[in-house]
Amino acid sequence: MKHIISALVENKPGVLAHVSGMFAARAFNIDSLVVGRTEDPQLSRMTIVVVGDDRVLEQVRKQLAKIIPVVKVQDFAGQAVVARDLMLITFAAPAEKRPEILALVETFKGNVVDIGQKTMMVEISGPEEKIEAFIEMCRPYGIKNVARTGTIAMPRQEKTGGGTQEVAEE
Amino acid sequence: MKSDSSQSAGSAEKSPILRTGAEIAVQSLIDAGVDTMFGYPGGVILPFFDKLYDAPIRFIIPRHEQGGAHMADGYARASGKVGVIVATSGPGACNLVTGLGTAMMDSIPMVAITGQVRTDLIGNDAFQEADTTGITRPVTKYNCIVKDVKDLARTIKEAFFIASTGRPGPVVVDLPVDVQVAKTEYDAGVEMRLPGYKPKLKGHHRQIEMAAEAINKSEKPVLYVGGGIISANAGEELRALAKKAHLPVTMTLLALGGYDQNEAESLDMLGMHGTAYANYAVQECDLLIAVGARFDDRVTGKLKAFAPHAKVIHVDIDPASIAKNVRADIPVVGDAKYILGEMAKMVEHRERKEWFTKIAQWKKKYPMGYDRKSTNIKPQYVIEQVCELTGGDAIVTTGVGQNQMWTAQFYRFKRPRQFITSGGLGTMGYGLPAAIGAQIAMPEATVVDIDGDHSFNMTLTELRTAVQYELPIKVCILNNGYMGMVRQWQELFYNKRYSKSYLANPDYAKVAEALGAVGITVEKKADVPKAIKKMLGEKMPCVVDFHVEREENVWPMVPSGKSLHEMDGLDLLESMA
Repeated sequence: MKHIISALVENKPGVLAHVSGMFAARAFNIDSLVVGRTEDPQLSRMTIVVVGDDRVLEQVRKQLAKIIPVVKVQDFAGQAVVARDLMLITFAAPAEKRPEILALVETFKGNVVDIGQKTMMVEISGPEEKIEAFIEMCRPYGIKNVARTGTIAMPRQEKTGGGTQEVAEE
Repeated sequence: MKSDSSQSAGSAEKSPILRTGAEIAVQSLIDAGVDTMFGYPGGVILPFFDKLYDAPIRFIIPRHEQGGAHMADGYARASGKVGVIVATSGPGACNLVTGLGTAMMDSIPMVAITGQVRTDLIGNDAFQEADTTGITRPVTKYNCIVKDVKDLARTIKEAFFIASTGRPGPVVVDLPVDVQVAKTEYDAGVEMRLPGYKPKLKGHHRQIEMAAEAINKSEKPVLYVGGGIISANAGEELRALAKKAHLPVTMTLLALGGYDQNEAESLDMLGMHGTAYANYAVQECDLLIAVGARFDDRVTGKLKAFAPHAKVIHVDIDPASIAKNVRADIPVVGDAKYILGEMAKMVEHRERKEWFTKIAQWKKKYPMGYDRKSTNIKPQYVIEQVCELTGGDAIVTTGVGQNQMWTAQFYRFKRPRQFITSGGLGTMGYGLPAAIGAQIAMPEATVVDIDGDHSFNMTLTELRTAVQYELPIKVCILNNGYMGMVRQWQELFYNKRYSKSYLANPDYAKVAEALGAVGITVEKKADVPKAIKKMLGEKMPCVVDFHVEREENVWPMVPSGKSLHEMDGLDLLESMA
């Protein structure tokens, strides 16, 4: 099962290496890992998408929490969250097809961020499935380049699912 | 350490006293309570060594940084204090890796200070540059590089706190040479900043209660204790609990000494080379109370068939240890000393006569033994004699392999911190430097390294270190001319094809003498007690080379992948009973 794990970490050199090294050393599988600053300059947030059964996920949470510069670990499984991925995609866009392409971009609520003689770059964000669907729609035109951020996530205010599982604290 | 008087001279106002990073590092160590260090100098750590020149710290120089790391580790295990090792950058730091890994796997508190090239050269493949934090990250509890002298005092304080609290472990502080000469004020009272580190000390009260209730209900309980008992200094609490509730106690390799093996409750060691009575008891128990142990594969055998009838209580200070290998019915996260103390208050005394009768029958049927009538020197005989002639009171270190297993089986340990061995990593060559560290920590104690010939070969250069510091350590080499455990596996599982498992050994007595130690060779069984007595009386390091039975095996043995009760060699033990 896929879990989204969010880890608040100290904003120090070496923390990313420590976390990714632990995942490699303990043979955990990562789908994506995103790091970014938070509102507090001393803290960064890592959002990690991990695949594994309950036993593996329990170890992932505990081993993450054990890393000294990791301040807090949350597993969003079973919880209502907003999860987003951001993608930049460049694909062939010949003049005669541009109207249909623009309609497609509109449908997906994307933005055209660059247009060349033969290609177009589109920015699109949303849940992973939407990104995947857009890639499939673009495939017939001829995809040139894809860059994705990986998933970031945050729980919804009105909690509809089970509680988060925090292990860094009591 | 010393204030720089020139700073304040001629100025009425008190200007801040600036100190170099090297001064701050040394002063931070002193303020952390360090009075003994191990280490080896080199280029980029020289400013630090210069400040050690007149510091009130006893300094032990090994012959190789690996040896120094094992010394700091042995010092930590014998004393309970943090072991400190210093090395230079590049090769110095790289040579610490085995020692750090050894300490990491066995949860031993250590702080390593390593020199590093100038911060502006880092990443340029400078002379003697290595990515020390990168290399040591998987073998440390925590590591970091200090790039600003203002962070130095706080970082060293944090290093000692992290190394010695929670589940202990080694910490590396990498110190570039320019930071060692940069100046700032030293603030001894600097606050630590560790928002992500909150070692949980007390256990959850309700969980402890549930554990005590389960103990009270159990007909056939077993206490299975690990190295956490030693690092938590929980020996007395363990004893109180086992005596009050009347519980049999089995120990992992690292826990030996945690419970007096001369007591009736002791089942001695469990696992691959554990006693038959410990393994049978674990397989048959209805309640397994694991304390400070991590269900290592050498302990459990085939995991699925481990303690199949048991409800499991798992007490550990490291939440990640719980449910890692074996599901825990009652997990209790916290300090073993506190939790066992609380549990002891809640449990009731129960005779459990049937259970103890059954255990007594196993003990009678399968006692630890070997062919005592043999005219050859049996390695087990040497260990029994060492145990007897030291009154069972020596601090004992070992190498890794057969020598280590026989020592665990045949020396009877009485108290915590008496047995010092590399359990998790299984580091050959550990015994001699660890004995040196232990002797430094406990100058009055008799310290004996019971070693294998090939383990001893790996670090024997440190014998000269023992001579230089006039440490009366004793080394008993169980010399069978083989890498004994490798040979045993080749005999049992590879059709006696002894592929590359022996070396041509030197005359160890002569080597010892050349290095300034006392050397004794023993080739006859009748000479064993006499040689040990002479060894124990020596004031200088003494090496006794026992030419033991060459193809003796360690029994019983749970072959890899088998269940604990599927031991080989029981017929042999039965015939010795």
